[in-house]
Amino acid sequence: MMNINEFIAEVEKTDIDVYTDTMVLDVSKDNVVTAVNNKDGLIKIQAVAVVLAMGCRERPRGALSIAGSRPAGVMTAGTAQKYVNIDGYMPGRKVVILGSGDIGLIMARRMTLEGAEVKVVCELMPYSGGLTRNIVQCLDDFGIPLRLSCTVVSTHGKERLEGVTIAQVDERLKPIPGTEEYIDCDTLLLSVGLIPENELSKGVGIDLDTVTGGPVVDEYRETLHKGIFACGNVLQVHDLVDYVTEESKIAGKGAANYIFGKKQGGTFINTKGVNGVRYIVPQRVNIENEDGVKLYFRVGQVYKGAKVVVECDGNVLSSKKKVKLAPGEMENVLITPEMLRNMNENSEITVRIEE
Amino acid sequence: MKKSLICVSCPLGCPIEVEIDNGEILSVTGNTCKRGDAYARDELTNPVRSLTTTVKLVNGSLPVVPVKSSKPVPKDKMFECMKIINQASIEAPVKIGDVVVKDILSTGADIIVTNNDIGK
Repeated sequence: MMNINEFIAEVEKTDIDVYTDTMVLDVSKDNVVTAVNNKDGLIKIQAVAVVLAMGCRERPRGALSIAGSRPAGVMTAGTAQKYVNIDGYMPGRKVVILGSGDIGLIMARRMTLEGAEVKVVCELMPYSGGLTRNIVQCLDDFGIPLRLSCTVVSTHGKERLEGVTIAQVDERLKPIPGTEEYIDCDTLLLSVGLIPENELSKGVGIDLDTVTGGPVVDEYRETLHKGIFACGNVLQVHDLVDYVTEESKIAGKGAANYIFGKKQGGTFINTKGVNGVRYIVPQRVNIENEDGVKLYFRVGQVYKGAKVVVECDGNVLSSKKKVKLAPGEMENVLITPEMLRNMNENSEITVRIEE
Repeated sequence: MKKSLICVSCPLGCPIEVEIDNGEILSVTGNTCKRGDAYARDELTNPVRSLTTTVKLVNGSLPVVPVKSSKPVPKDKMFECMKIINQASIEAPVKIGDVVVKDILSTGADIIVTNNDIGK
C-alpha cells in the first residue's frame, strides 16, 4: 500500500487543480460546488461528478451528559493527538481515558511514552471498540488497566480538572450506585465514537443510512443523487486505512465511469444486515455488475466460532465460519458475478450471523 | 510456570498459553496457526516493538516532526530510547528517511523521519 506522501506525489504529477485551505460551503442539486478561500475568494465549480470525502469528527463531551464542572483538561483523544504530535505540547500529566476506540488506545501509549501517567481506560460496553493489537501493544505493554462496563459519571475541578468519578454500569448501561470510585487526574481524554461529517450531503438532500450515518451507496459508492459519490469515513467509519484506500479507488473508478458515460443504469437491489449484522456498505448492488462486489459490514457484539451466512431469496449463497467477529473489526463477504446473475429486481441480499 | 498472552499476528487475537521452565519454552498452546507459535516464542524470549514518536524540529513549519525506529527495538528499551529522542533535535528542511539518531542504544535501529518539512 502507498503512503500519503506517495499519493500527494502522484497527484502533483497530473494537471489536477488542488485547492488547499479551501472550504466547500455548498453542493447544489445540479452538482455545482461552492467553495471559499482567502486567495481566490468565492469559487463556483460546475462538476459532472463529485466525490464526497469529508471524513468524520469525534463525538464531543456534549454528547455524553457527564455531570460536573467544565474545567480545562477535558478533550477528545484526537485533540490531544494534535497537541502532542503536531503542536509539540503535552496536554497533561495524569490521564484518564474514557472509551477504548483505537485513537484512545493509541493516545494511552503516546502519553505514556511522553512521560504521562495513564491511570485507567474506561469502556462503557462489555467489550473494547478497538483492535486487539492496540489493546495488547498500547495498554498491556504498559500495564494500563482497561475497565469494561465502566464509565465516567462526573468531573471535578474549577479552573483545571482535578479528578473524575468513575462507576460500573449495569446491562442497561446505567451506572450502578455504590460502585463509584474517585480518580485523581488532570486530563480526561474522550474516545467515544466518530460521526461521519455529512452536513454537505444533507444540504444536497442525499439519503443517509441511519446506522452508518453516511450516504446510502451502490457498489461504485454512488449515492442516490446522480453523479455524487462518497468514500472513506464520511461513508462509514473504518478501522484500517487500507480499507479507506480500497474504497477511494472504487469511488474514483465509479466517478470516472460516470463522467465517461460507462456503466450507467442497471437493476439495483438492496443488501440488508440481519441477526447480528448492524449494517452493510454498499446498501445497493447492481445485479448487472460483472466484476463481483465486496460487501463490508460490522457486527453488533463479539461472536466466537459463529458463521457468516449470505442469503438471497431463501438460497444460501455462502456460509463461512469465523473464529472471531467483533464490532471493532470490519468484515467483508464477496458476491460473485455468478451469484448476481441468478437475481432479479425483487431480490434482496441478506447477511446474517449464525451461532 | 504458565504465561498467557494474546497473539497480535492477525485480527483473530488467539489467547495463547506458554509453559516455561527456567527460561526454556516447553509448550505453546491456544494458537490456531504457525504465526501464533512464532509470536509467542519471540514475545517471551525477545519482545520487540516499533517505536513511533516525534522529535524537536528547528526552523520547521511545525515545532516537531514525526519519527519512527527503522526496525523494531527491544520492548524494555523503549523508555530509554525515548529519553535519547527527547534530547535530540533536527533542523529543517527534513525529508522522509532522514536519520535523527543512528543505531540507537546499539540496537541496530536508526530513528528516522517519517514526514517532509520544507521549513519556515
